[in-house]
Amino acid sequence: MNEETQLQKTLSEGDFAITCELTPPRGVETNEILRIAEGLKGKVHGINVNDNPNSNVRISSLAFSKLLLDSGLEPVLEQSTRDRNRIALQSDLLGAAALGIRNVLCMTGDHPSKGDHPEARKVFDLDSSQWIKAVARIRDQGLLMNGKKINGQPRFFIGGVANPFVKNLDLHILRLQNKVAAGADFIQTQPVFDTDSFQKWMNMVEEAGLLDRIPILAGVAALKSLKMAEYLRERVSGFNIPDPVMDRLKSVPEEDQQSEGIRICVEQIKSLRQIKGVKGIHIMSIGSEEKIPDILEQM
Amino acid sequence: MIVAERKNVRELLAMVEGYNRILMVGCKGCVTVCNAGGKKEVAILSAALRLARRKQGNPITIDEMTLDRQCEPEFITWLEESLNKNNYEAVISLACSIGPQYIAEAFEDLPVYPGLNTSFMGGTAQHGIWEEYCAACGDCRIHNFGGLCPVTRCAKNMMNGPCGGSEDGMCEVNKEQPCIWEKIYMRMKNLDTVESIREIRDAKDWSTSLSGGPRKIIREDLTL
Repeated sequence: MNEETQLQKTLSEGDFAITCELTPPRGVETNEILRIAEGLKGKVHGINVNDNPNSNVRISSLAFSKLLLDSGLEPVLEQSTRDRNRIALQSDLLGAAALGIRNVLCMTGDHPSKGDHPEARKVFDLDSSQWIKAVARIRDQGLLMNGKKINGQPRFFIGGVANPFVKNLDLHILRLQNKVAAGADFIQTQPVFDTDSFQKWMNMVEEAGLLDRIPILAGVAALKSLKMAEYLRERVSGFNIPDPVMDRLKSVPEEDQQSEGIRICVEQIKSLRQIKGVKGIHIMSIGSEEKIPDILEQM
Repeated sequence: MIVAERKNVRELLAMVEGYNRILMVGCKGCVTVCNAGGKKEVAILSAALRLARRKQGNPITIDEMTLDRQCEPEFITWLEESLNKNNYEAVISLACSIGPQYIAEAFEDLPVYPGLNTSFMGGTAQHGIWEEYCAACGDCRIHNFGGLCPVTRCAKNMMNGPCGGSEDGMCEVNKEQPCIWEKIYMRMKNLDTVESIREIRDAKDWSTSLSGGPRKIIREDLTL
């Protein structure tokens, strides 16, 4: 087993890292999405596979990560603590290592009430910081949460998430410090549409002494249409889309909105690259997976 | 206290559909305080059911009784005389769900129906408004959080909150509800203990909660 994952190596060598996100399908037909994945080969350092995003049922992130791996792509397995207790999480994590999946992004996840089975029982046995800490302990000490020794030595590269667009920055920076202290190796943020707010957050990350301690991959996303932008802004937490971006989408005819969304995204990436401490970008899919190569080409 | 809410009349009418003579039993404990199942509510609800059944042309006799408490078997035995004398076909209990369960265990052949939905443990924020404050996890840690409970009052039970969904200081699940972590933070700031948020609170041991199975407390010093 290689010491470092591709994503880890990119970041440790100081190269600009590019990750993107694929949402596994709701169903069992995977040809189309794997065809899109194929087009990303050699262009990204890791592909996040999200874990029932917005609490909507999809192919499991573990299974889909394995499909990517088999296609020669490097997955970043997302694991949310919403649906699995510590037994299931650790079991899936060991399973991931056995399959050769080593980038793991740990998050608490959206509440089930936001998704397609709002009547489901929530789990939340752990929160994201506790799960990051547990994964780091398995990796660094070979110990499960109960202190039992595991055989073998899985080499995980552990990610956490952060939302820079919050009112109470002080509190959320404390939480970010938690995640770093727990053992996170990298951070991916919610998508940036407002460079000034992001810069403000980055300044606080720097003041907290975290910039040198952890690489930050700034999230970006290409808005598909004005309608989708309105939906995301209203309904999905983490999508802070300011008025000027909405206005730009409004200013073009409907059929051109997707290309305008891509242009906005590419400009966003260019301005993010200028920000001190941004070690990479993370392109969220939001239904535009097939456009990721276009973004990569233009950035 | 235990906060409960009355079931709607339609659901209750369906429950007692096949009966002509029942007893409705209230409780003078928590459910009286939260205006769900005290003497007054028994009177109002039984009148509503009687009226509805009369309208259907199928009148029902509903006698009323309110016990001091339904969460002690001793008080439940007070029903015995009345049950024997009046041949009730069923009982509706307006206590929290402890009451109807004790009645079910005390009277083997008697059908029992819950008149309330037992909602949560909480307090009266103001008249007519109740809020959940405790999840009875069996291992209280609120002193680590400025005296407030994230296990109950955070929708994701986060010991190391807040989540990213609380971006505007409100809960991701209910935008009308302030994020408890904002309150915890303010409290800890006032107490000058905010630095301790940096400590990662360990994963909770849920075995003391309902997760570990139904719980029982035995106090040897009090048992007879």
